[in-house]
Order: sequence, then structure tokens, then C-alpha cells
Amino acid sequence: MLKLNTPLKEEEILKLKIGQYVLLTGKIYTLRDQAHKRIFETIKGGEALPFDLKNQVIYYCGPTPHPKGKIIGSCGPTTASRMDKFTNLLLKAGLKGMIGKGRRSEEIIKAIKKYKAVYFLTYAGCGALLSKYVRKKIPIAYLDLGPEAIYQLEVRDFPLIVAVDIEGRDIYGKKRW
Amino acid sequence: MRVIEAEKIKDVVSRLFIEANTILRDDVLEALKDVLKKEKNKMAKDILSAIIKNASIAKKEGLAICQDTGLPVVFLEIGQDLKIMGDLYRAIQEGVKQGYKRGYLRNSIVEPILRKTPRFDPAVIYTEMIKCDRLKITVLPKGFGCENKTKLKMFNPTASIEEIKKFIIDTVREAGPDACPPFVVGVGIGGTADYACFLAKKALLKKISNSKFQIPNSQIFKLERELLKEINKLNIGPMGLGGGTTVLGVNILTYPTHIAGLPVAVNISCHALRTATIFL
Repeated sequence: MLKLNTPLKEEEILKLKIGQYVLLTGKIYTLRDQAHKRIFETIKGGEALPFDLKNQVIYYCGPTPHPKGKIIGSCGPTTASRMDKFTNLLLKAGLKGMIGKGRRSEEIIKAIKKYKAVYFLTYAGCGALLSKYVRKKIPIAYLDLGPEAIYQLEVRDFPLIVAVDIEGRDIYGKKRW
Repeated sequence: MRVIEAEKIKDVVSRLFIEANTILRDDVLEALKDVLKKEKNKMAKDILSAIIKNASIAKKEGLAICQDTGLPVVFLEIGQDLKIMGDLYRAIQEGVKQGYKRGYLRNSIVEPILRKTPRFDPAVIYTEMIKCDRLKITVLPKGFGCENKTKLKMFNPTASIEEIKKFIIDTVREAGPDACPPFVVGVGIGGTADYACFLAKKALLKKISNSKFQIPNSQIFKLERELLKEINKLNIGPMGLGGGTTVLGVNILTYPTHIAGLPVAVNISCHALRTATIFL
């Protein structure tokens, strides 16, 4: 199985093809609805971001609190398409990878190709299982948002499936069932 | 007259939410194991195995099955001959808070417009009166990836069963990967618009229809089986990546309706259909 490290390098993203299984190691950032809204407004306002998006991977995830003795609680992916309206600007700011569940809009698929990025799926509804791949959790920003705060997660061999690759190919294709 | 202290209900509700969120329902787990044996698609098999493994880790370690520990929904069936001492609804909301805190469950509830300061409560509470002196409490932490795909349609009373089936199938089709297939599909047919929505949600509490727990006799059971078969031909599959496992079960509840109408509601549950029940 293909192993990958963060921050992502363009030559490595080039190798990724839809349907491929990948194990990701390194730092990723949780980012969901309300944090997206704030990041979006921060970029628009020309202010400094709480973390540098350049070559980074974000994870659409709002984990449960960690029980005593554990690093993190349950931490599976949330629906990616809800973030689509913010994604273009984040990619423009240097974001290279996104992890979530479900399909992306045509516009975002084009943007992924344009900005040479990648969209991954991970096991949906498997937050307990995925917590096993997290080695560290550090709060970064917007703690008032509770589960929607930004956390830096250090992951090891986090299981992913390439869903939209650098060529703009979509694992879901044109199918609408 | 039987008497129950509201304070006791608080602790019971607290425990039920922890149980529902960490221990996958027997019939759901059974159905998952069953479809894994039948599934031929390689990726679908891999995802189903991950889902089953996830349930096992969650149970063993007391972790939430899914990070979306839902909007807490509570179904009460109160015996009319039972006396509850104290404030029942308050006890339930306190129980929700206690359970979510103790169980390390997620605070996902916000004011709908302001959307600030996420908290554990309040739960949505449905109350029905029945003729006995017992209290039945069922909790359903409902994840919103699937709740967002809910649909209601007010059919013409002369609509055919085929039109109704098409609406249900189309709702599942539109839900696609976002709602975390394989689903359990709750359907409410009849009553008023709001009551059909209630029935669709309540249908999720039934044991799912393709498992050994079901008694096969009625017209409704036949309709459930037909829908199950037809939806599983859509090839949505686990995570929407293909395969013969799109739904684990279709659960229907009906109620008489008006001669001028035919409300049909669909409430989808992700594969992590979590409920827990107690009789007091």
C-alpha cells in the first residue's frame, strides 16, 4: 500500500490515482463548517490565518472529547460537500489535501485539478477505528466552536482512498444512481 | 398506582445514551455481518469489515461508534396509570447532559440562527400515552449526515404504490454517499405531514426488516422486502463506492390518513443506527 507524508509534495500528489488506498502519516488539521467560514472570512479580510495552509491536509472532522487515558475520541469524517462553497479560496491559499466523505461539486473537482491538490475519502462512520491512527491532538484555534475548533492531529498510517486526483478524475464519476 | 421518581429517569436516560452511542444494536450488527458474507464488491467488503471492526472497538473501549453522537431524540410511551413524581422533561434533559458528559459524547447542539456555544441538550422528546402503568423510554442519537436527507411528499390520494416506491427509492438515491450507506430507511405513510415524519423516524426503532428478528406476515412487510431488494440494485454500496449493499433494512410504519391526501415521509439512518430502550 502507498505511504504518504504531510506536508504533501507535488511529485507525490502526481502519483495518486482514484481508487488507490493510501496510508497517511504526519500532521493534519481538523476543519469543518464554522471553522471554514472563519478561515474564509480571514482570507477575504487579508488577515493572518491560525495556521499556514501551504501544502497542508485538512480533515473534515469534529471529534468527540477524549476519554481519560486516550489521545482522542471518535474521529470519523463528515460530509465534504458542505465545505464546497469555501474550498476554492483555501486551495488558492496553498491547501493540497482534503479528507472527508461523499462527493464534491464539479466546480471543486476543477479547482482540485487547477491547484494540483487531492481529495481523499476515509472510512465513514468508523470514528472509533480511526482514533487508533491518531498519535497526538493539539488545539490550534477557535476553541469557542467546541467540536468545530481546529485541532492539529498527528496521524500514523491513517487509511485513505483517493477520491479526486490531480487530473480531476472523480471516484464517483458521473454516476447519480 | 405505580410511582416513579423523575430523578431515577435522569440516570436511566443518561445510561441509555451512553449505551446507544457505544454499543451497536444487535439487529444492525447482525445485518452487517450477514451482508458482508453476501457482498461481492471488493471495496464494499473492505468498508463493511471496517464498520464491523469499528463497532467492536467502540464496544470494547467505550468509545462513540461515530463522532457524530447525534441530536438526542427521546421516545416516551407513558402508561396513563403511572404517576411520575417530579419534572419528567427536566429529568430527561438533565439525563441527556449527564450521559453525554460522562460518555465523552459530542456537544453538537446549537441555537439554529446564532449557531454559537455547542452544548449537549436539549433533546427532542416525543410523548405517547398508552394504557398501562409502565414507562417505556427509547433513545435515538440521530446523526445529521443522514438526517439532512429527510424528505416528505404529499401524494395525491389516487397515487399508485409504484409512485410511492419511486419516491422512497429516489430519496435514497439522492442521499447517496453523504448519508453513510449502508442505510436503514425509515418510512412513514399516512396521518398528517408532521405525523408521517414522526412515523418515519419512529420506524427506525423497529428491528430491521432483513434480519431474523422480523415476523413476516403483513402487506407492509412485503413492501419492505420489495424496497430492500430494489434499492440494493442501485449499486450505491458502502460509502457510495458500489456494491450490492446500499440498505440493511427498510422499516415502514403506517397510520390512517385523509381521503384527500397521502403523506409519505422518508427518514434515513446511516449504518450506525443507534437506539437503546428500557421499560420501567
